[in-house]
Amino acid sequence: MKKEKEDKKDFQEGIELFEEKIDGKHHLLVNMGPSHPSMHGIIKIILELDGELVINSEVEIGYLHRAFEKTCENRFWNGVIPYTDRLNYCSPIINNVGYVLAVEKLFGLEIPDRCKYIRVIMSELARIADHLTCIGAAAMELGAFTVFLYAMKAREYLYELLEDVTGARVTNAYTRIGGLKADLPNGFTTKTLNALDKVKEVIKETHALLTGNRIFIDRMKGVGIVSPEDAIAWGFTGPCLRSTGVDYDVRKAFPYLVYNEMNFEIPVGENGDNFDRYLVRMEEMIQSIRIIEQAFEKIPSSLPTTEGLEYEPAKIIEMAKKGLVPEDKDTLKLLLPNTLEGIDAEKIRDICSSDKSAVLEPKEEVYTNIEALMQHFKLIMNKHGIRPPEGEVYFPVEAANGELGFYLVSKGEDKPYRIHVRPPCFAILSALPVMIKGLMVADVIPTFGSINMIGGELDR
Amino acid sequence: MAVESALIKFVKEKFPNFVISTHSFRNDDTIVIRKEGLKQVMTFLKTDKNTLFNMLVDITAVDNLGSEPRFEVIYHILSLTLKLRLRIKVPVEEMEAEVDSITSIWPGANWFEREVFDMFGIIFKNHPDLKRILMYDEFEGHPLRKDFPLKKQFPRIQMREVKTKY
Repeated sequence: MKKEKEDKKDFQEGIELFEEKIDGKHHLLVNMGPSHPSMHGIIKIILELDGELVINSEVEIGYLHRAFEKTCENRFWNGVIPYTDRLNYCSPIINNVGYVLAVEKLFGLEIPDRCKYIRVIMSELARIADHLTCIGAAAMELGAFTVFLYAMKAREYLYELLEDVTGARVTNAYTRIGGLKADLPNGFTTKTLNALDKVKEVIKETHALLTGNRIFIDRMKGVGIVSPEDAIAWGFTGPCLRSTGVDYDVRKAFPYLVYNEMNFEIPVGENGDNFDRYLVRMEEMIQSIRIIEQAFEKIPSSLPTTEGLEYEPAKIIEMAKKGLVPEDKDTLKLLLPNTLEGIDAEKIRDICSSDKSAVLEPKEEVYTNIEALMQHFKLIMNKHGIRPPEGEVYFPVEAANGELGFYLVSKGEDKPYRIHVRPPCFAILSALPVMIKGLMVADVIPTFGSINMIGGELDR
Repeated sequence: MAVESALIKFVKEKFPNFVISTHSFRNDDTIVIRKEGLKQVMTFLKTDKNTLFNMLVDITAVDNLGSEPRFEVIYHILSLTLKLRLRIKVPVEEMEAEVDSITSIWPGANWFEREVFDMFGIIFKNHPDLKRILMYDEFEGHPLRKDFPLKKQFPRIQMREVKTKY
């Protein structure tokens, strides 16, 4: 009996610690996060609750801060690319593309058409993967675990494609200043179109599971509403802005790469609530698939590979180990896969600019030609390196979450003087307290999920 | 730069006292203004029908260590209706590292200004809640300043007391 009383007293004291008396009412302070099952990413939301109503809230970020900008000031221009992978880790290729486009703007570099198309294809693949992750995770938090698994399945098809091209599933680091790491592998078109067919199926299934689902609609519709005026004032971009009815898309408003040649639509919502954000994302995936299909029709083809005449490097090594010599050793040509960094010198000009101040010479030339070797060393040696002209540029691209901008300052040195990233979800998340004010605690979860916060780009 | 864009000309004529210099490197229109005129220029750019810069995209800063004035606060603004972009730069002295906050014009400036304060130590006057955002409260110094060493180490901080107020 006595113990029970003590327990009760302890409990009362504990409660009082977290309670605020405001206007005679008891308000409860609750920390949601930093490690909360529905906080994908590490973030803390401090909620001030009256019963189950959110009276006030504050968002605390910075748990994933890794000094991206400071680190980049101490890296070479090309060395920054792997760090950009870690910004939005759901769609790293878009970050790669955004960064190199900014540097190319600084240089005034022109890149070959094939390279532009490949960048578009890869960006759109990454965008679909990102939207699938967002929708899957948001649905899972509302109990729709099946959708999550389906979305992950579809994402896996896309990751396989990315792996074929870049060699990595997530941290791709695929682009280079003035070009790409490597060309598309043989048979990539058919493989992609097949995978996209399967993704379309998954999108259909997701529609069937969620769009008409009563539970899902009840949780999403009319929750987390933002007016278009508010959205613009808070700096919303991407699906969150478009869900309010504002048709701003960087790909249409300020076209880069070859987006102006593509035929696609900007899906917009009406109410700016969670359900519209979900629908906008679903429709954007369909549009991205359209862009990829068009890009495959329009992409200039690379030089034909003379299949059958070459040996694979591994085969030659095997033969050499056994002491064998190929019969046609005088005319022998090695078959290098397109995805290898040292692809044939003739073919690398399809995907890389020929500007010698920014792009490395092909490996083949470097090993056989003294000028190319010197050029190579000039670009990679300490205190030489790639040196863009002095100046400052801002380049925005449409990332999966909205406008991803890179602001670069160059002092004409081999290292950037300043790199600043404008992460799309930073501005959106700063408005979260406004979005969840007056809602229930349970509504915080879908609202937060539909923002698609990515810790990597938020905290940098 | 060779030709001034119409936008730069327009702002220059409107605020001859505040505009220090302009340039359009790689077609990025940039206007450097005095910090006294920041709020006035921004309000004008947001509301005037010839500019209508209704969205604040980004705020950041650059530390030009060794030159005067040391800091530059950089605003990127965007007009959704006219599809225009503009960069506004405000030079800030090291001794008097203070700028007016523009949260009253764009509420979205709140976190961006907190980040600049956190990383560069530039104070934004009349900001509703100016405190660190990415670093923790006990952190000393401002990491993106050029004189902040890359590999500086800090001791572990003490456990914080549980506060009732946030």
